[in-house]
Amino acid sequence: MTQRPVVLSGGRILDPSTDTDLTGDVVIMDGRIQGIESRETSVDDAEVIDCRGMIVSPGFIDVHCHLREPGREDVETVATGARAAAAGGFTAVCAMPNTDPVTDNQAAVGFIVRQAQRANASRVHVIGAISVGQRGETLAEFGEMVAAGAVAVSDDGRPVVSAQLMRTALEYARTFAIPVIDHCEEPTLSLGGSMNEGIVSARLGLKGIPSEAEEIMVIRDILLARRTGGHVHLAHMSTVGSVELIRWGKERGINVTAEVCPHHISLTEERVLGYDTNAKMNPPLRTAKDVEALRVAVKDGTIDMIATDHAPHHYDEKEREFADAPNGIIGLETALAVSVTNLVETGHIDFATLVDKMSCSPAKLFGLPGGTLARGAVADVTVFDPQREWKVEPSQFLTKGRNTPYSGMLLKGRATCTIVGGAVVHRL
Amino acid sequence: MTSALGKDLLALESLTGEQIRLILDTAEPFKEISERSIKKVPALRGSTIVNLFFENSTRTRISFEFAEKRLSADTVNVSASGSSVQKGETLVDTARNLEAMRIDMVVIRHSASGAAQFLAERIESNVINAGDGTHEHPTQGLLDLLTLRDRLGDLTGKRICICGDVLHSRVARSNIWGLKHVGAEVAVCGPRSLLPNAIEEFGVIVFDRIEEAIEWADALNVLRLQLERMTAGYIPSSREYNRVFGVSRERLERAPRDILILHPGPMNRGVEIDSDVADGPHSVILHQVTNGVAIRMAVLYLLAGGKPELAEAAKGGRA
Repeated sequence: MTQRPVVLSGGRILDPSTDTDLTGDVVIMDGRIQGIESRETSVDDAEVIDCRGMIVSPGFIDVHCHLREPGREDVETVATGARAAAAGGFTAVCAMPNTDPVTDNQAAVGFIVRQAQRANASRVHVIGAISVGQRGETLAEFGEMVAAGAVAVSDDGRPVVSAQLMRTALEYARTFAIPVIDHCEEPTLSLGGSMNEGIVSARLGLKGIPSEAEEIMVIRDILLARRTGGHVHLAHMSTVGSVELIRWGKERGINVTAEVCPHHISLTEERVLGYDTNAKMNPPLRTAKDVEALRVAVKDGTIDMIATDHAPHHYDEKEREFADAPNGIIGLETALAVSVTNLVETGHIDFATLVDKMSCSPAKLFGLPGGTLARGAVADVTVFDPQREWKVEPSQFLTKGRNTPYSGMLLKGRATCTIVGGAVVHRL
Repeated sequence: MTSALGKDLLALESLTGEQIRLILDTAEPFKEISERSIKKVPALRGSTIVNLFFENSTRTRISFEFAEKRLSADTVNVSASGSSVQKGETLVDTARNLEAMRIDMVVIRHSASGAAQFLAERIESNVINAGDGTHEHPTQGLLDLLTLRDRLGDLTGKRICICGDVLHSRVARSNIWGLKHVGAEVAVCGPRSLLPNAIEEFGVIVFDRIEEAIEWADALNVLRLQLERMTAGYIPSSREYNRVFGVSRERLERAPRDILILHPGPMNRGVEIDSDVADGPHSVILHQVTNGVAIRMAVLYLLAGGKPELAEAAKGGRA
């Protein structure tokens, strides 16, 4: 397939993977990075995209989203999710396996891979289940799922309750060099909870989920990673205690990586006052102390990457009593802006670190294509305007979901152009 | 017409001390109506009120219904069983249907915390929270305050201890906020497994032993111990609860001052409260029930836009 060359012209080229930070042109040919030039380049028959004032970076990769297909195509499909991802600046996303039926076998993985190819937007990588049916009993066929295209395994949405199963998963995953992603939640402590346990839950009369429900599983998983040498990746970290435990593990050289979601570095439990179900997710919004600890952890490297936990729900399902509403919010189209506004604008990190957390680090740690503008690399590129202020209008989103707590908020930073394999899949 | 309380009565947390005193003061003249042979005044004539009870209730529902009828409102009772709710209708659809019937007020009791606010944000009618999950039960809090004020006078600096399952109690939350707003000193006493972990952040004193609470307090508000708390493992048994936290005559006899005993009902005699206390000289439990009607009349009257200074006059009219 021959593709028209693309020249991304005059932007600030920022690629921590190659220590690049210069103003110039990125040249893309045949779906690959042809080179980076600090002067104006002219390429025959190229599509030239004016990137002056923009940051040109390796494409963002979201290792944690829920695309709901198969099973709940009414709230999202692989195609709508992939288009929403492109609009948010993500060139690739990893779809969690808590679909219906569960993505726990090679055929199911293959189905999502094919749906992603047909969508022709951002790449969709598949995460397979750890256990058959996500029931926490017997291991799913990691090897066959990996052969069909799976890049990691997880029972996300549910914790791996059995420590023995988690241990086995970490050991068995070593053969395929894939991370085992855990949703850290001690289920007897979190039972019936619908928000963070604290003064706000006490005031609202809602059953709380203590931070220890997360932290107990965090340290369990870290210790099991130490025992097994497997790669444990901790999803959606939300507490100051988790940060301390991960730091403890990393200091000892244990193979643990961790992600944080934009909502956990931008919102606190107070957002639940008024019983807004768009502030309900699991793990829940925590306290200002937790938010600050997580921001610092992004800066110091304790947290390796930013992931959305994009979780679309039907309007009717969220429009109800708080305790009965489902967990989760959408995030693909707000992640960049929420992160710019709450990490860069606040002075916690610079744009290079942001690009690392949203692109280079997930690519490297999950062994995914992209995450670099090195010559010859696959041309997955995100162009974003770091200064653009915009008001969040859910009706404008490409995702089918409208469940966002950021509605009406003014945020800074927006993807203006997303390129996947040399093809432009999003232009603002 | 905007009332002095706003559109709805959802919680005592969000009210001011002034607003609470206004409700208590407005209840005073309404007390007398229930003592008449013809217990009816025309204050809410022509108003339509729906009592929407998604959860079983005897006392509160009857109390509201009497309050409404004694103010001459037209009332309809809807309970969850046998209604469209049982057929799977959502709360928001129930709300919209009620709104479409052009009603004036809804009194709602629901098992979900926040249900009253959910409804209030979606309909124009006035909404009164008659208990939402483990959040608040504002009219119960108000009638407790009225009862305490009847006996103790001005509540500023008075010491009230709420005893028992504060964790799951909407009565406890409304009491804590209501009492704090009018300047009382508030304590709680109960097993730590039945107190919110963050209880101190409410600005209340915590007693681990009932003896300490009795020594400290001017009044105890003894909460009902839900029997399902035992099966859920919060405490080992009702027998042990009674031995450690039960309010008994022996314990009250050691109180350094006269102490009032309140209970929101229904009581578990022999569990959180012994019969000789419930029926004894310290108890104001039935006084609470009587005040409940007056408080609810006051709340209905104020939300309907009634002027507090006219409450006295309003009760003078004939139905």
